[in-house]
Formats: sequence, C-alpha cells, structure tokens
Amino acid sequence: MAQAPDTPLAPGALEHELEQADSRSRWLLSLPAIVIITLFATAPLLVMVLYSFLTPGDYGNVIWKFSTEGWTNVLMQRDIFDDTLIWADAHLSIFWRSVKLSLITTLLTLIFGLPTAWFVATRPKGQRELWLFLVTVPFWTNLLVRTIAIQELIRAEGVINNVLIFLHIIDEPIQMMFTDFAIGFGMTYVYLPLMVLPVYAAVEKLDFRLVEAAHDLYASRWTAFRRIILPMIKPGIIAGSILVFIPCLGAYVTPRVLGGGKNLMFGNLIELQFGAGRNWPLGAALSFTLMAIVMVALVYYVRLTSREEKTDV
Amino acid sequence: MSDTVPPRHPARGYSVRSLPGFSIVALFTVATLYAPILILVAYSFNSGTSLAVWEGFSLRWYVQAAQNGEVIDAAIRSLYLALTAAGIATVAATMAALATTRTRRFPGKTMIYALINQPLMVPEIVTAVALLIVFAWIKVATGYTSMIYLIAAHTAFCIPFAYLPIRARLETMDNTLETAARDLYAPPMKVFLRVTLPQIWPGIIAGMMLAFVISMDDVVITEFVKSAGQDTIPTYMLGQLRRVVTPEVNAISTVILAAGAILVSLFFWISRERR
Amino acid sequence: MQHQSQPMPDPDSDDTNVAVRVDRISKIFQGNEDEVRALDEVSVSIRRNEFFTLLGPSGCGKTTLLRVIAGFEPPTMGALYLGGRDISRLPPNQRPVNTVFQNYALFPHMSVANNIAFGLEMLGKSKGEIQTTVYDMLKLVQMEHLKARRTSEISGGQQQRVALARALAPQPEVLLLDEPLSALDLKLRRDMQIELKRLQHETGITFIFVTHDQEEALTMSDRIAVMSAGKILQVGTPREIYERPAERFVANFIGESNFLDAALSGGAVRLKAGGPAFAATPPKGVADGEVSILVRPEHGRVRMGAATEGELPATISNVVYSGEATTVHLRLATGETFKAKMSNTPAEDGGSMVQGAEAALSIAPGAVTVLKD
Repeated sequence: MAQAPDTPLAPGALEHELEQADSRSRWLLSLPAIVIITLFATAPLLVMVLYSFLTPGDYGNVIWKFSTEGWTNVLMQRDIFDDTLIWADAHLSIFWRSVKLSLITTLLTLIFGLPTAWFVATRPKGQRELWLFLVTVPFWTNLLVRTIAIQELIRAEGVINNVLIFLHIIDEPIQMMFTDFAIGFGMTYVYLPLMVLPVYAAVEKLDFRLVEAAHDLYASRWTAFRRIILPMIKPGIIAGSILVFIPCLGAYVTPRVLGGGKNLMFGNLIELQFGAGRNWPLGAALSFTLMAIVMVALVYYVRLTSREEKTDV
Repeated sequence: MSDTVPPRHPARGYSVRSLPGFSIVALFTVATLYAPILILVAYSFNSGTSLAVWEGFSLRWYVQAAQNGEVIDAAIRSLYLALTAAGIATVAATMAALATTRTRRFPGKTMIYALINQPLMVPEIVTAVALLIVFAWIKVATGYTSMIYLIAAHTAFCIPFAYLPIRARLETMDNTLETAARDLYAPPMKVFLRVTLPQIWPGIIAGMMLAFVISMDDVVITEFVKSAGQDTIPTYMLGQLRRVVTPEVNAISTVILAAGAILVSLFFWISRERR
Repeated sequence: MQHQSQPMPDPDSDDTNVAVRVDRISKIFQGNEDEVRALDEVSVSIRRNEFFTLLGPSGCGKTTLLRVIAGFEPPTMGALYLGGRDISRLPPNQRPVNTVFQNYALFPHMSVANNIAFGLEMLGKSKGEIQTTVYDMLKLVQMEHLKARRTSEISGGQQQRVALARALAPQPEVLLLDEPLSALDLKLRRDMQIELKRLQHETGITFIFVTHDQEEALTMSDRIAVMSAGKILQVGTPREIYERPAERFVANFIGESNFLDAALSGGAVRLKAGGPAFAATPPKGVADGEVSILVRPEHGRVRMGAATEGELPATISNVVYSGEATTVHLRLATGETFKAKMSNTPAEDGGSMVQGAEAALSIAPGAVTVLKD
C-alpha cells in the first residue's frame, strides 16, 4: 500500500508491512477473549488490591478512606482494651492448618497416586485408555458431589461408622466430621486425579530400556526404582505436587462441608470477611496474600522445570 | 550333555514394569475413588429418610426433587448459565486459538497467551472475592441485578478451558491444507469455513463440553457473584447441606453424576477420534 | 567345515570351552488371536573369547534370543547355560552378563563416570575399586576428558563408547551387543567396528553381537549364526557363511547371488544352461537329481564373442558401472539371468562390455555351491 507498484521495494519493507498486518489481525481475533478476561478476571484483581487499602464499612463493603489496617490485620489484631497490636493467633493457626493440610494432602496423593499412575501407564496398550478413563472420570465429576459423598461416608451415622459398629470393632461412632482428618481425607480424595495425571504422563514417557539397563547392571527392583525411575519421573511428581498443593491451599468447598465452622482454612477465612466478619479490606488483603503464595509456588515450579529441561537436552 | 532333556519353563515373565505392591495400592486407590460415589448413588434409591439405614428401593427422592420448584428453577438456571457461558467462551476461545497458534512470535503473543490462561493461575476463591467486590459496586451503583453478572464471570473462567483443546487440535492440523485451499483461489473466509473449521471441529466440541462441565460444576465463584434468588444447582445443594440432609441431595447428585459421566465419556470419545 | 544347525560335535560339547549354551530354546509370544513363535527350538553354543554374531533380517528372533540370554525374556521352553550352569531362572540383575543397548540406554541424569560406575556400585564394590575401574574403562574407550559430562551432552559416537565402558566395567562373562552401531553414521560405524574388535581382543570377553548388517557381521565376527523366522539356519565362520551358504536364504541375505538350475550326479554338477561339469560337495541330505546352485557374481568372467568349450553362451542385457567394478547382466540360453561382477582393471576390463552383444560366460572352478533348497 505504501509503495507505488513501480518503485523498487526498500529492503524488508514489504515483509515488515505484511508482518504488521498479520499481527494486527491476530490481535483483533484475540480481542473478544482478551476483553472478557480482562474485564471479568484480571481487572477485578486490581480493584481488589485497591479495596485492601480502604476502611471497612459497618455493614460490609467499604468506606472510601485510605487505611493499611486491612493489611495489618492479616497477621496482627488490635487488643480491644488498650489498642496495641498483638499477633492474631486465630489467623496464624488457620494459615498453619492450611499449609499443614495442603502438605499432608500432597504427600497422601503422591503415596496413592504414584502407584496408580504407574499401574495405569504399564497396562498393555489396549487396556491403558480404559484405566486412564477410570481414573479421570471422578476428576470431571462435580467436586461438591464428591465432597458430599465423602461426608456421607464419614458422618457419625455414615457407612464407615456403621460397618465398624456392625463388626464390633467400636461401640460408639467415631467423630470424623468437622476435624482436620475429614478435610485432609476429603481433599486427598477430590484432588487425587490431579496427581495421577502428570505422574502418568511422566511414566508413560519413561524409557524402560533404562530400567532394563539398570537391572542388567545388577540393580534390584528397589534400587532401580530409587536410582533410575524416581529421578526420571521427578518432573511429573513435581507437576502433580504443585497441581495438588495450589488448590488445596485455596480450598473452600471441601473445608466448608467437611470442616464445619471451626476448622477453617485460608479460603474460609477469606469468605468470613465478606460475610459475618464484615471486613472487606482484610478479606481483600488475605486474598492477595493467598494469590501471592500461589504465584511464588508457580514461579518456583516454572524455574524448576525449565532447569530440568535445560539439563535434559 | 546336549541330549539331556531341557527343563520346560512356564512363561514366567520378568518385567521391569512391575514393582512390588504397586498394583495392589493402585487397585485399592481406584476402588476408593469409586466407592463413596457408589454409596452416595445407592442411598439415593433408599425409601427411608435416613442416610444410614437402608429401608428398601424407591424412587421417591427423585420424584420429590422433580417436584421441588427450587430444584427445577436452579437446574434450569444452571443449564441456561452453562450453555450461554460455554457458548460465548467457545467462540472467543476459537478465535483466540486461531490467532495464537501456527505463527512465528508476534508482538504481544506471550501476553495474549498469559492473559487467556490467567483464570487458571489464580485460586478460585480469589477471583470470586475480586468479582464480588466489583459487581457489588456495580449493583449498588446501577441497582441492576440479573444473570448477566454470572454469565460474565462464568464466560471469563470458561475461556481457558475451551481454549486448550481447540489449540491442541489446531497445532496438530496439517498447515498445507489451508495453503492448498488458498492456492485453489479460496478467499480467507472460505478457507476457514470449508477447510479449517471441519478440521478443528472435534476440538471445538471438546472445548465447549469442557467449558460446559466447568461452568455446571462451579460453586465458589457462583456463590460469591449470585444475587438473591439466583441459586444454581451446586449453590442450592451447598445451601441444603446446612440443613437436615435427606436423600433428595443424593438424588440430585446422582443426576449430576450421570450427566457428567455421559459428557466425560463423550469428551473422551471425541478426543480419541482426533488421533 | 560345519554346515550344521544343531547337535554340536567336538569343541562345543565340552563345557569348559563354551561360554553360553542355548539348548532347544523356544519363545512364544501370545498375541490377541495368534501366537508368534519368535524362537523355534534354537540350539547354539558360543565359545569362550569368541566374537559371535547373530545375523538376520528384522523380526528373525535375534534380539529375542539376546534378551533371553540377558534375562529379560523368559524362554517358553528350553534351557540356557552359562559356563555349564543353568541360568534360565536367574533374574537379569543376577546374571554375570551385560548388555550394550541399541540406543545405549545411558542414564540421562547421571554423568559419564557415574554411568560407568553404576554396575560396580550395584555389585557392592569398594569406592577405591570403583574409582580405579572407572578410570581404566574411561581410558579403554578414550573418554577420560569427558568423564564429568552429562550423557546428554556428548555425541552419538561418544555415547556409544560410554555404553560400552558401562557394560564392560563389571567384567561380565559375556557381553551382549544389540545392534549398537545402527544409530551411527557410516564413517563412525566403520571406526567403531575396528574399535569393538580391539576391545574384544583386549578384554578377552565373549561378545555376542546382534546385527542385520551383513557387511558388519562379515568384517567383525569369529563366527556368525544366520537366523530367519526364529531358527538358526547356519553357523560358521564369515568365510564359510559367504562361500558355502547352506541355503538359498543365507546366500541371498549375504552378498549378491546367482541361482541356477543344475543336475547333480555323483559329486558333479552340470548347469542346465550349458558349460562344463563342476565338482561340488553337496550338503547333507541332498540327493542326486535336480538341484539349485549358487555362483557369486565375482566368480563369473565375461568375454565378448561366441562361447567356446567350457563357456556358457549368453547375451548382455545390461551393463552397470559402479566405480571400481562393472556388473554385467547376462541372459543365458535357458532364459536364466546371471550377474557377473568384473573389476575395472586393465586385466578384466569390465568397462568394454556392450549392451545387447553376444558374450561368453565362464565360471571359476570351485565357485559352484550346491544348495539345500
């Protein structure tokens, strides 16, 4: 367009022009998705940051007055009598529970998920898809429904207690609901497929000739597992751990249903600020904190995997 | 020496793929994945009110759920919401996938990619809270409450889920097909409609189904964004859990599970087709 | 001269001289509907310090046999002896046998030195001994300078050397090599062939080498076993295999061949296409009558002009020039075709042949081999 047809092209001019036109049309094509996500996912996060620096209103929402109280309240609270800042033990114990339960859940999903992934990946070709399907289906079924299923299993009058009483192992039902155990059990159950899938992918990619080579060089099964298999599938294990750990840390439904009102996790603490707590700035600050922790975990993961790749090539 | 009868071995495999105990743990795990769901389904057919004592087979809880106006309303609302959100998200995701695949790096490509995947990176509860803040402000300012807020929120988090299978499909597509079509004088729109679209169709269907399932299952964002009287099936059930739970919840759950299982099977079937 | 495929006479029945004895081993893989007989009652004895090659097309069972010896596939039937001891039931990690895998199977998360040390570590050798052995091995394969590298950071030829060093380090009684050179380019392959032969000589370890490359087999081996469809067709030195193949398959698989119809009677063969009678020793079990015979192309000499006594009349149908030689395609009186390879030296002057001309073919005495089939 810029060049008249009979003037010779300046070096690269036509290429440049076409490249620009291409970029423009690609941006245009992406625009609907970009606009929707920016408006209804990304921009609200920025507004949330803004709200964390405002003053809580008496009936929820905020008063438009700058305050850092929301951020202070993440870790500290004002003594009601003398207004001094003291550690917010309740918050600290909730953070601790969130991290602890998330770590335990990650470990449990690994303990059960690794053999499962291995089992699925080592089935003969024809059967493998069926097993993979069996493992994946629960993941795509409603998380709330699966949580309810666990609730019905471990309630005082639930199946587990009934069976144990029937077998005369216990006389009184064991109180499992509304405990940390219930939350950990429930999260392990609902997030297990998130561990199985990446580990499965890693095992499927595993070059079994390496394992044969190890056996050929006098390694026992256990040694071959420890020295060869584990290091080779490590990227899958890390990916699975991140995939499980992150939603655990931000879990809301499972602790709400199985943990009851007392055993709060991070997500429930956030919700509380927008409900009975009526402290939106604190809620916003807590949300941002959670997001930041997750981002750190993700960045750590990306760096870890990119380093793995570098040494792999 | 060589005329001694050689021993006959049974075909006892030495497989480097078997590790002691792994199969048992795996079978136990798979069984454990299904046991709670099966128990839940079983009790939906209990004729008694109890979730503990089996009193006989009956469909009464299904009948009760079907006659419960709140449940029917929530179900219709869920379907409407999921279909709308998944539909819009799929169109937007298809366009974005076409723009971001099969190209050299162009300025902003990484940014578009990061933006599209952004909802996956942030915990749901955080997005929910952020949306609550913004929408509460708009609702107070305009006084306008309708499903539009839920549709907007669901569309946004459905886009990355719809995007992934479409992108995967596009990346495995043979580029020369489009080149051939262009060579045969097809204008861009014709190339898309006659060549590209039929090729990526399974990816689009898979993406839409994924988006639909994700929207149907969502509790957290819906719970924070909905106005009064806008319960979907999951938020309705979450509310019910606070009260005395009857097998009606199991009946609804069973219907959701059945629908989900059918969709997932279809999804698997479609993504198998592509290979 | 041995043409036999089973019951071993003299040197091989003596177990002190035999490293590996494969005794009537069959391996049957169960498919969905059918079963595949990958090994069909294979018997062979491999002598100590021998460079023994299993040669055959893909799917002939040679790799399966190697995996049976290594312990990765249990035989369906039969027995396997190592130095006279039945090892059929030993798992691979208890067999004093090491393998160089086709794609080397080097552990990518370990350094070159750690790869070589792995087997020694597993055997519980002392730190000092491991260090010395690893150093010796690195020196043996000339890789000292790369010992700290990751195996993913070295070239294909270097990986090959590391794989060799790793398998040799535990000083196995037998080294198994599964087409180890197939991933290398031609020049490197030639170098490694010489290198392998040197290593075998220096270490004195029995090598069992699997390949589908006949040239590789001929240049490297002490003895070759030619396999097809799960059976060993012939065992012999490279010379025996090339010059006196027992069967049409062996002749066809190794080198270029002319097969001609002939009549055998009392130790002499007469070609249908004419020419003189040739003295020949038929293999066991071949009776007088109609037989097939083999003549290698380089044993045929072509002369322009009409055939005289002792020559076969022929027509030149094609002349193919290939550098050091010229292949002359002939049509004989019977309609059979014959390819004669003439070197392009002044003495033979393959280049002077003219397509379509009348020619006379003479076959070197002693170049005629009677085939079993």
